Amino acid sequence: MSDECSFCGVLIFAEQEDGEIHKVTYELLGKGRVLADRLGKNLCAVLLGYGLDDEARELIYYGADKVFLFDHPSLKDFDIVRYKQNIVRLVNEVKPDIFLIGATRIGRSLAPRIAASLKTGLTADCVDLDLDNEGNLVQIRPAFSGNIMAQIKTRTKPQMATVRYKVMKMSIRDPARRGGVVEMKVEPVKNTGMKILEKEKADEVNISEAEIIVAAGRGVKSPEDLRLFKELADLLGGVVGSSRPLVDAGWIGKEHQVGFSGNTVKPRVYMAFGISGSPQHLFGMRYSDIIIAVNKDPTAPMLNFSDYYVIGDLYEILPQLIHEIRKVRCVEK
Amino acid sequence: MNILVLIKQVPEIEKVRFDYEKGRLDRSSAGAIINPFDLNALEAAVQIKEKTGGSVTAISMGPMQAVDALRDALARGADKAILLSDERFAGADTLATAYTLASAIRKLGAFDLIICGEKTIDGDTGQVGPEVAELLGIPHVAYVEEIRQICSDKIVVGARMERNKYIIELRLPGLITVTKDLNNPRLPTLRDKLRAMRAEITVWSYKDLNEEDALQYFGLNGSPTRVIRVYTPAAEKRKSQVLSGTAPEVAQKIVQILRESGVLG
Repeated sequence: MSDECSFCGVLIFAEQEDGEIHKVTYELLGKGRVLADRLGKNLCAVLLGYGLDDEARELIYYGADKVFLFDHPSLKDFDIVRYKQNIVRLVNEVKPDIFLIGATRIGRSLAPRIAASLKTGLTADCVDLDLDNEGNLVQIRPAFSGNIMAQIKTRTKPQMATVRYKVMKMSIRDPARRGGVVEMKVEPVKNTGMKILEKEKADEVNISEAEIIVAAGRGVKSPEDLRLFKELADLLGGVVGSSRPLVDAGWIGKEHQVGFSGNTVKPRVYMAFGISGSPQHLFGMRYSDIIIAVNKDPTAPMLNFSDYYVIGDLYEILPQLIHEIRKVRCVEK
Repeated sequence: MNILVLIKQVPEIEKVRFDYEKGRLDRSSAGAIINPFDLNALEAAVQIKEKTGGSVTAISMGPMQAVDALRDALARGADKAILLSDERFAGADTLATAYTLASAIRKLGAFDLIICGEKTIDGDTGQVGPEVAELLGIPHVAYVEEIRQICSDKIVVGARMERNKYIIELRLPGLITVTKDLNNPRLPTLRDKLRAMRAEITVWSYKDLNEEDALQYFGLNGSPTRVIRVYTPAAEKRKSQVLSGTAPEVAQKIVQILRESGVLG
């Protein structure tokens, strides 16, 4: 399989913002590698931006056989129409069987335009991907707030899907890996109908990346009490999470919300205080390594979904836990 | 300004029950409403109209019952409502839905701005808006949380992506999809509701769209994706080990678990 374009079995969109590769890209490479190997074909990545030679090589270290690089000042920032035009041209050239894009805001803005342009099917927000016996992509996604899962197949090519961040395994970086970077010709479009006037850093809590989450639920009696959660989260170097009712009540921002309509998280430790565990909430945190739950109600579904649970009052446990952790920290100092 | 708002009637997802034995939704357990995100789209359209004049047209594809959602849209400030309803539209995935909506929009003729909610609460794809924009060949911005300025030929909006919030000037005609942060949709008054009850709602079928030999683009025929299986996700097996004792004892046990897992100490 030299540089034959026709062997591009799986294409993934390598997402970047400010020249930094979004980590969902490495998860796409992880899953894409598995799928491409099973198909006996290449795994390719498409990267658009400006000054991204190093980043293109990184994609190879993370598993890509070939990287199609569109490097041009006009592609520095995300421009839906420009990105779409270049990618559609590439897809028509290399004809991948499967085309995966991260289900981030950028990915979910871009993917439907590409799919509509190619008149192909697109499945949103997949949490798993598989191949059937004929090598067709089986796309698995939650439906109806995560209460049910649906398997979806696409009868057109490429079979396109956006993939939820933090559910697939990241590939492992191997700087000894070899692959090709193909510099693509960029056809500059003067006016795409959109112009970025300003760019501001959105300095919000990034709960998807958190290693430790201290989450609050309906068991919390007043918004002031969230200060305890913040205290514990700060002690552990973690982030405060929340179930939906507190967000709806305006006690805490949506960036803290864990669940189907909020964020999917995958921390090493997820601590749930006063969260009953609706399917919608469980959907967002079920990939956590260790789940510790504290709830007064012994019938709360959350308890069955946890590794360790305490039947008790969060107003007794939480301050005590803060106290104990302070003790440990002081002894160490 | 001639504004189109694309809306969908959805089940009340928070109330709808799931029949775990049969593995499907019990749709009779909940009513039908306008997709909540579409209310923000409608509110944005009405606010723009109040400033610039013009009209707001709500368009929906769905079964005949969806006239209720369109009446609600009229009560909330839309001037006209069009329902695209035909058995041949049924079973549509996002591409076929976008094709049908785009086809109706072309028939309507000139427009300045199309506004959609960022996604629906039942399908949760957020794909139809951008797909309509592509099929109509107009630019779009998704996840708009702020409208700064609107003129006859452009709109300036704020949209947050992953790392940054972008202030974008979008040429019109164009399409935006909006988030819940954009505005607080107003409630219709009783008078508005009564007026909407009597209002005329245009219903277009496949024939009305004047598409020659295009049946393969509509409904199930025009849908490249197929749901092949639906199931209840298996409950994750966790060890569910109970930690008991007084509050200090329990806290010590949790500290021990944190230490063993390597996140503490």
